[in-house]
Amino acid sequence: MQFDPFVIPFNIGLYFILIYVVARSILWFRDLSKPDKLRLQRGFFGNAFALSLKEIFMESLIHRKILKTNLRLGYMHMSLAFGWFLLIFFGTIEADIFGVKHLNAPYKAIFFRFFHPDHGRMGFEAAYGFLMDLILAFILSGLLLAVIKRFYSKIVGMKKTTRLKLTDRIALTSLWLIFPSRLLAESFTSGAYGTGSFLTGSLGNWLATFLPAQQLAYPFWWLYSISLGTFFILLPITRYMHIPTELFLIFMRNSGIKTGDKAGTYTEVQTYSCSSCGICIDACQLNFSAGITNIQSAYLMKAIRNNDDVSEIAHNCLMCGRCDQKCPVGIELSPIRMIQRREGEAENDIRNIYKGYFRSRQTVISEKSPASVNYNFLRGNDPAKADILYFAGCMTHLTPTIKNSMIKILDASGVNYSFIDEQGGVCCGRPLMLAGQDKEARELINFNSQMIWKSGARTLVTSCPICYKIFKESYYLDVEVLHHTQFIKTLIDDGLVKLNFLRKKVVYHSPCDLGRGSLVYDEPKEVLRHVSKLESSNFEDGNSLCCGGSLANTKISYADKKKIACDAAMELTRNSPDILATACPLCKKTFSAATNTRVADISEIVAEALILNPVKKNSTIHVASLKELANI
Amino acid sequence: MKKHVVVIGGGVAGLEVAGQLSHSGIEVSLIEKESKTGGHLNNWYKLFPDRRKSSEVKEYLDRLSQNQGISLLTNTTIEGFHRNRNKFLITTNKGKELNADAVIVATGFDLFKSARKEEYGYGIYDNVITSADLEEKFRREEIVLVNGSVPETIGIIHCVGSRDEKVGNFYCSKLCCVTAVKQAIEIREQLPESKVFCFYMDMRMGGAFYEELYREAQEKWGVNFIRGKVSEASETIDDKLTIKVEDTLAGRPLKMKLDMLVLMAGMEMSDGGKKIAGIGGLRTGENRFFAATDNHTSSNKSNIEGVFYAGTCTAPMNITETISHARSAVLEVIDFLKDGKS
Amino acid sequence: MVSHKMNNFGFKISQGRQIDYDSNDRRIANYIYEREPSFRLCIECGGCSATCTTGNHTKFSLRELHILIKRGENKSVRQDLKKCMLCGKCTMVCPRGVNTRNVVILAKQAFQKSDEYAI
Repeated sequence: MQFDPFVIPFNIGLYFILIYVVARSILWFRDLSKPDKLRLQRGFFGNAFALSLKEIFMESLIHRKILKTNLRLGYMHMSLAFGWFLLIFFGTIEADIFGVKHLNAPYKAIFFRFFHPDHGRMGFEAAYGFLMDLILAFILSGLLLAVIKRFYSKIVGMKKTTRLKLTDRIALTSLWLIFPSRLLAESFTSGAYGTGSFLTGSLGNWLATFLPAQQLAYPFWWLYSISLGTFFILLPITRYMHIPTELFLIFMRNSGIKTGDKAGTYTEVQTYSCSSCGICIDACQLNFSAGITNIQSAYLMKAIRNNDDVSEIAHNCLMCGRCDQKCPVGIELSPIRMIQRREGEAENDIRNIYKGYFRSRQTVISEKSPASVNYNFLRGNDPAKADILYFAGCMTHLTPTIKNSMIKILDASGVNYSFIDEQGGVCCGRPLMLAGQDKEARELINFNSQMIWKSGARTLVTSCPICYKIFKESYYLDVEVLHHTQFIKTLIDDGLVKLNFLRKKVVYHSPCDLGRGSLVYDEPKEVLRHVSKLESSNFEDGNSLCCGGSLANTKISYADKKKIACDAAMELTRNSPDILATACPLCKKTFSAATNTRVADISEIVAEALILNPVKKNSTIHVASLKELANI
Repeated sequence: MKKHVVVIGGGVAGLEVAGQLSHSGIEVSLIEKESKTGGHLNNWYKLFPDRRKSSEVKEYLDRLSQNQGISLLTNTTIEGFHRNRNKFLITTNKGKELNADAVIVATGFDLFKSARKEEYGYGIYDNVITSADLEEKFRREEIVLVNGSVPETIGIIHCVGSRDEKVGNFYCSKLCCVTAVKQAIEIREQLPESKVFCFYMDMRMGGAFYEELYREAQEKWGVNFIRGKVSEASETIDDKLTIKVEDTLAGRPLKMKLDMLVLMAGMEMSDGGKKIAGIGGLRTGENRFFAATDNHTSSNKSNIEGVFYAGTCTAPMNITETISHARSAVLEVIDFLKDGKS
Repeated sequence: MVSHKMNNFGFKISQGRQIDYDSNDRRIANYIYEREPSFRLCIECGGCSATCTTGNHTKFSLRELHILIKRGENKSVRQDLKKCMLCGKCTMVCPRGVNTRNVVILAKQAFQKSDEYAI
């Protein structure tokens, strides 16, 4: 008889989750924009498809990225994910080969030992049983780590572990019960029949010596089925929804779909893909320097899923991008947070119906404030015409050494330039964007773009990475936009400036908006190597720290900002460099107050190293008198 | 057996302490890191509130401390500081070891390094100087710009390095306001054609005859006072300085070209004092100055029995207060040495 | 019974200019105090207004707006607040460590949420 009532919970759960996932995927696909729909369709063929399959294997199952970051945590995830996959895979084959007929219902594979208790005494059957036991042991080792991690997170090298709500806890408990109950169910059955391999067999035999194995097996099969069923039914409203969602995400991402500026299917899929692994929490300086532990990206994702009010969490973030860099699932955490900052920008309101099983998108007439013009007091004179515009930026005016160094360098290079905001200019608009006020920012962007266009310049050089990022991403200018380190590099390459070599040990701090934010990693370092002894640090390129002075966080106190700055400065000056070099006026100001080591912008170091041309005497000048000659 | 006290620091407080202790028959070793005593007093020309010459006070202190019982060790710093039962073992950088029955720390203050306020341009623009630089100019009777010409418009910025969260000094340095007023008068005295502007957040004239000096500055010398914190300074095309400030009382931004800018640098705990705090285990307060055991009733006592403080190493204070504080330290030490406990 | 004759001395006290502290509406200020405690630290030194980017281009004094909000003189503040570009220079300069940028953001929020001043 190949059926028993105990399989019913499992069946209900399994069919429920399968139907749910299919229905959800259809809804998600339906809600994509037309271009994204086409992208996704194309993504199911060709290279993208193969790439997605590979990524599913390497990331969703093996969790390669987590393994690289944190071996124990990665092992834990891998053993559960990959192990379970193997168990199902090989279990299905087992049921096919050794079962009564081919192509069985799923429950026959899962509960194989119950229906074939006599199986596996010798030969190939025994070998196969060994394999199944091995996979089970693999899963259980990871499960042990998971249980301990819940109570003592240091064992996986994590400083903190994510907090859970009630449904999460129930789902977690049922997940944890699945494999131990399988172990015990199989062991008791094996014990009663004298079958089983190294794990289930040995355990079963031992238990059978003092317990009535035959009778105890049945309740444990029930437990196994119920825990599976509960887990599947609760899955959609817990963080474990990430298991099916991540697959969908990988296909979408490899089809070229991006987050964009507004909430939509892709943001929703991403928020569900978050497995709450906690790597973003560990990477976050607000956590390890300032002890703030309720605003990291994992919590933001959770709050979005639960339709909580996210304004407090969304604005309490330096937007440094460290979590984006480390997220093993590849969720675009910072763009999603930016979307949350834009209050009232989303045209649609997501409502939870059926208590979280379905989020339905209902169009809400957003209370759009009437188009108020905020900055119409701005008047610009026609700017001077020049090939190159130098835009210092608001913050640079508070660090005049940077300003003066750039003037010195520009003068020495002989290029035709105009210092467009010498008397103080108009803000680039990015601080407004970071606060979620895109409309207002657009006004400033338009004004500045007009000025830049009127000057006829071909190149725009700026000293501030914050300005650099918005010029490049949101200005749609016709001109070449360069950060001053990139500009100095071109001057060096073109031989327009001659530089000495300063015998100083320098460590470079990569500003968030320039490095991770704009992917300009190399030019600043090359410029530094040209004029000084650049040393490496543990926090370079994508892994660089944030100075803490970011404008993006309006909720943090000064004391906490100071802690972040001091910790970061301490790390960077670990090997006692002569100079801590930066490429951002805000970083310079923040670090100057946090360390005794000299903090200097790259432009300052270059200006110090400049070899200025002596005044050339033009011998063909006619002189009217000796007096005039003396004055040349 | 004569008691031996080591006095660390040969400034105003240190000299007063050494002199008074020696008068009472106690052997003193006076340790000074520079080549001569006097500390910051050597840098001032005339002292507020009555604008008398600082050299007069220096002469008094020199006379007081010219005593056989004082052994003066100049160019000397402290490298080791150990307590051994009820004696102190002090090691100098020259390898000398001193055994003391009590120690008085009079390490004084350092002036805030104004280059840290980058937006004011000290060290970046010509003609931005500190109050200490200006005293030097007074001494040489030569208030001139870098290019040698005489300045016509001079701005004085109060609270540089004090009351400023951005440089980590929340406290008020107390003396800069009256210094600013005194220096404004002195500039006007030496350069009768000049115009002087003081940019302040508050006018803190908390001392005898300070407010009267403020009145005199306005009434007799025509010094101008503008309430507004200067946010930044910059250079103009014609090599003058310009500042960004809001005239808060008029409620409007103010534009002005200046020939010279004087920064009223605040007082900070001295580097020497920080070092001694570290090696001696002496407690400092949140303002980084030494913390006395009681703000009101024992402002000379440290957290270590037998170690006492005198002068500005505990808090910003003027010369009058420094000398008083030094004398009270002497009283504490004499008390302590009598019965071996404080 | 206090006679209303007491009010008719013949001199008209100009009510418009006075800051009527008791009857002024300080809900906006309280909204900001709750969410940004550093707002209490402001000593009106004017450093923020001095460095202000907008102040370079038009009549805008953050210091003045701060004091008007504190006193409850809200009427003129809402329109003026819009001019702030949120560049953050004021916060970089403030000697008391007031998070002036957040004060502006919160003030705008408070005005929007309050019926009287919402646009």
